[in-house]
This record gives sequence, C-alpha cells and structure tokens, in this order.
Amino acid sequence: MTDKIFSKEEWLGGLEALRKTYGVFVPVKDGDFHTFMPFDKGNIPDFDYQNSRLSPKSVVYPQSERLFEYTLDKADSEADIVKESPKDYSPRAVVGIRPCDVQAFQIVKRNFDNPEYRDPWWVQHFESTTLVGLGCNEPCSTCFCTEVGGGPFNQEGLDVLIFDMGETYLLRGLTDKGEALLGKITGGSPADDQALKNAEDLAASASKKITSSIPTDKLKEKVTNDLFNAPFWEEIAFACLNCGTCTFLCPTCWCFDIQDEVLGKEGDRIRNWDSCMFPLFTLHGSGHNPRDNKFQRVRQRFMHKLKYYVDKYDNGVQCSGCGRCVRYCPVNIDIREVCNLMNNY
Amino acid sequence: MLKYAEKIKETALKLFNENRVDTFIGYKKGSVPMMNEPVLVTDPDKVDQLYWDSFCGLNLCNYLTKRTDKIGIVANGCNSRNIVTHIIENQIKREQIYIVGIPCEGMIDHRAVMRAVKYKEILNVQENGDKFLVKGADFEETFEKEKFLQGNCATCTHRNPVIYDEILGDPVEEQTGVDPFKDVKKIEEMDPAKKQAFFTRLISRCIRCYACRNSCPLCYCPTCFVDESTPQWVGKSSDPTDTMTFHFLRAYHCAGRCTDCGACERVCPMGISMRQFTKKLNKDCQDLFSWEAGLTLDQRPPLDVYKPDDYNDFIK
Repeated sequence: MTDKIFSKEEWLGGLEALRKTYGVFVPVKDGDFHTFMPFDKGNIPDFDYQNSRLSPKSVVYPQSERLFEYTLDKADSEADIVKESPKDYSPRAVVGIRPCDVQAFQIVKRNFDNPEYRDPWWVQHFESTTLVGLGCNEPCSTCFCTEVGGGPFNQEGLDVLIFDMGETYLLRGLTDKGEALLGKITGGSPADDQALKNAEDLAASASKKITSSIPTDKLKEKVTNDLFNAPFWEEIAFACLNCGTCTFLCPTCWCFDIQDEVLGKEGDRIRNWDSCMFPLFTLHGSGHNPRDNKFQRVRQRFMHKLKYYVDKYDNGVQCSGCGRCVRYCPVNIDIREVCNLMNNY
Repeated sequence: MLKYAEKIKETALKLFNENRVDTFIGYKKGSVPMMNEPVLVTDPDKVDQLYWDSFCGLNLCNYLTKRTDKIGIVANGCNSRNIVTHIIENQIKREQIYIVGIPCEGMIDHRAVMRAVKYKEILNVQENGDKFLVKGADFEETFEKEKFLQGNCATCTHRNPVIYDEILGDPVEEQTGVDPFKDVKKIEEMDPAKKQAFFTRLISRCIRCYACRNSCPLCYCPTCFVDESTPQWVGKSSDPTDTMTFHFLRAYHCAGRCTDCGACERVCPMGISMRQFTKKLNKDCQDLFSWEAGLTLDQRPPLDVYKPDDYNDFIK
C-alpha cells in the first residue's frame, strides 16, 4: 500500500500523461449535471462534484453492446454463422468514481462473475478497468452508503483511493492494479504521518455526515411470501410511472435484453439494458405476462434488491446507497421508506 | 400556493363524508425538497397527507385512465384540460369524477433553483407567497417565484381550471401578451440541416427510460409502439435513429391533444427539453385549426375529426 501526496495540478498533469496507457474516464460537467466521459480535449474533468447523474456502470456494462454479428448473404461462405464482434479490452481507468459506485460493481460482480456463471463481456471489461475512487468529503442528504455496508471512504473494491485534502490529493494504492497505475504518474511525495492522520480524520468526519437511517437487519429473516403478499405494494406503486429512471440510473441494476437487428443482409446481436419496470420485460411469447400490473413490477424491483438478492447471496442488499433513485424518481418513490416498511413488516 | 393545501384536505374530507367519492387523487409532500408524490387517498382518516405547493408539476390526470370508481381529483388549469381530453377520448366518465379546481399561479422549475444556488445541495425549500426560501447546509437564499417558473407556466394562458365541480379560490388573472412559441419560431427559421442538428443534439442524452411518455396523460395505449414486439417497429438499442423515431412519433401522437402541462420535461432524468417537439405541433394546431387542446367537451381534437364539408381543399 502506497500513500502519496500530489498537488492538484501535478495530479491533473499526471492524468493527462496517463492517457497514453489507459482510456481515462472522468466526471465531466455536462449541462446541469456530471457524466463520466473519456478524458480528452473537449472533456475536462471536474472533481468538485457530488456524484454523476448516471452511474459509471456503463464503462464496464454499456447501455447497448454489440455481442455478435452475422451475414445472411447466401453468397457469402460464412452466411448465417454468428461470430463474436471485436471488443475493446484495452486498459481503462475510471478516475473520481465514488466509493458507493465501486461497491456497486462488487454487488453486480456477484451476478456476472460467480462459480456458476461468468459473463465473458462484463468480466473482461471489468478486469481491464482500474477504479480510482474519490472519497466523499460531503455526502448528500440522500446518501445511505454506511447503512448498506459501505462508507464515503470505503476502500473495498477500489484500486486507488483519493482523499481530497483541500490543496492536495492524498492517493492510496490499494491493489496491484492501483499501484501499477500510480507508478505511471510522476511526481508526488510520500505521505507523512500527519497527512495520514488528516486523511483518516476526513474519512471519519464524512461518515458522521450521513444521517439517513435505513435498517436492513431483519430482511433476511422475513418469510419471502409474507413480504410478497404484504398489503403495502399497491400503495407504494400508485404514483409509479413505470419509467426506467430508477433502474437505468442505478449502479446495481444489471438486467438486460438481447436483440437481433438486421439491416439488409447484415445482422447484429445486441445486448441492451432492460428494466423490470417495463411490461415488455416479462412478456412471454404466448402473450401471457406474469407481471401485467404496475404494482407487480414495482414489487419486483424492491423485492429483488431487498429480499431475493439478500437470500441468494447472503451478502447484504443489492443497493449501495448512492441515493440516485431517491433524488431522481420523477414521482418521489423513496427506497429508504420502502426498505423501512419491508424491514419492519 | 401553499394556501390550497388545507383547503384540499377539508374538501377531500367533506367529499368522503358526503359519500360523493370512493377515492381522492392529490399530492403528498415529498421526501426530498422540491418533489411531491401523487397519492391515492382511500380512507377519510388519511386526508391529512394531502398537500399542495408550487412543486406539483406532474399531471394527475395520468392516474385517472380507465378507473372505475368515483374519484375526487385536484386539478389546476393544464390538468383540467387533460381531464377534458380524457373525457372526450373515453378514458374516464365525467359523472365519475369530482374535480376540485385550483386556480394556479404556476409551478417552480426545480432545475432553475438548483442552477441559482450553483448546484449546492438544497436541504429545504419554504414557500411564502410570491417568494421562496432555499436552505442548504451553509447557505440561505430567498428568490422571487415569478422568475423561477417552469417554461410552460411562464407562458401559460389557462391557469384557471376549465372544468370543475368546486373551485378552491378566486380565479387568478390570466396572462396576456405572452408568446409560448418564441423558441418554436426560431427553429422554424432554421434550414433542414440545422433543424436536424438541433434535434439530434436535443435528444443526444436520452436514455430511453420513457419517463416523458409515462408521465403524459395522453399516452394510455395498452401497448406503446416502442413496446410492440410482434412485429417490432423500433430498435431497442441506444442508436440515435431509434431514439429520434421514438421522440418524433411520441410527439405526433400528442398533436392536437397536448396541453403543454410540462410533465414530460419535469420528469426527464437527463433534462431534455422534449416540449420543443410538442410545442411545434401545438403551434400548428393553433395556426391551422385555431385549436387549443382540452378547452371544451363539445369538440374532438382536430386530427381526430373528419367533416365532408371541410373548407380545406386537401380533404376533397
């Protein structure tokens, strides 16, 4: 573990140099909010931000990704053969990612990379990515990472953790990947004991700023069918528009749909984000839809995150407490309130 | 607009007690600043959760579609015009609903407020007449509401409900001399290439979450064309052509029916101004047919009508 201090200018210069060996993704101010974009001439990083509107999950798991391609042209000797599309697995670094979004990758990893199943594309994108996290000095009022196993300076899953010390950044290499990235940045000086103490104080004071209390302790012991049949779902779902805002903004929502798109005789097989809020998500070929009603879809989202995932993986809830769905749900359905209802039912 | 909150509670209670309604649709105060949540009250003991302020910018008519109970509903100008459209289009029966009218002074644009405080986190917003106080961890600022109205409210000429069973205050003065189509005219002046570039940029951030479509009371098709799978009309990837197809077709389906309530823009998580599409169609309807949607129960929307004696040549 290396701890190094950089002046902010030095660090920015280092990031620019890093672009020679990494595709560097940084938070960029884009109108009213921040988005993770490739660091280039047009995209200037802005680390003075709370969090990006869309989670950086798309760096590893794009909204649309071409998996395979094929030709239907019978004249072609390879007609109808589905071949894997070329993919870019060159090294990438997501710099400035918040610890909650890193924790979210750990949650998603349990689904895409486990002993039963390995999603080749997610895994390869993830393994080629170095996560350079930026601790949250000022968590938002809607954040609850500390309630779901994380924290504003949580190091789990990070390759490098950045402490914003005001004038300087303290960078902590946490993994071999992280040390390799730091090794490519010139300058900086070793952090002394005082700087390390200041960094720990900063992290401790940030944790205290999280005020949301979202107990999840009783979810595991609940009987699934009791929660499933609980009387509150219709009420929670009334306002829901069944849009995809919560699921698309969520760093831990991983569901997808695979579609074939053909133009002329050339075809692509594409994987797209999907959303359990959409009726089409569960529509069967027969025309039957097991989640035909809005409340069933709303219930599915919360039951998946707060009960099915809990039971299946025995590793907390499928939520990293980033608060995006709380802030941006168009009709203010608040997962904190739903979690309280479920935990206390 | 806070003054209406108590009146809504009283009225809802009265309607329940007089057995006039089975349910009541309004807003309850949100869990985060500048957000309120649509609520269905089914129990007279729960009318106290009803609320109203200048952040009730969704369209409650959206929640009426094909309901079968007797419903009380809060409606300001634009919401009431959508209720009219819903009745004309047989989505709800007039006799089923008890409309509690609210003379509206406009909704506050929450994004404009965030810009005004330079994106510092807002912890509390208190409305006080024509001003509102915004509080954060280390700041407090007072703003004049008039300067922070949503785009559609700033140029609204139907603030008072056009249909109601009871109104909760004296009608407000309607705005005159406002031009809702200034921006549309600018786009009309562009050549086709510039228009294409403008609209491409406008929707470039779209993530196809369909919040705009789903917040709109006009979108009640059992299956939307983008959700059809046999056959599939529109690609589901983030390809810009498919995204543009969605936005164009959505807008055309609203032609002659849109009341410019602004719900679509308000709910967009990516801040897209999709009213630029629907407003052009509203302007065309006004220019070609002298038509504004939802003002009368006696006439169907223009694109929904055929008259053999139409004075336009193209129809003959």
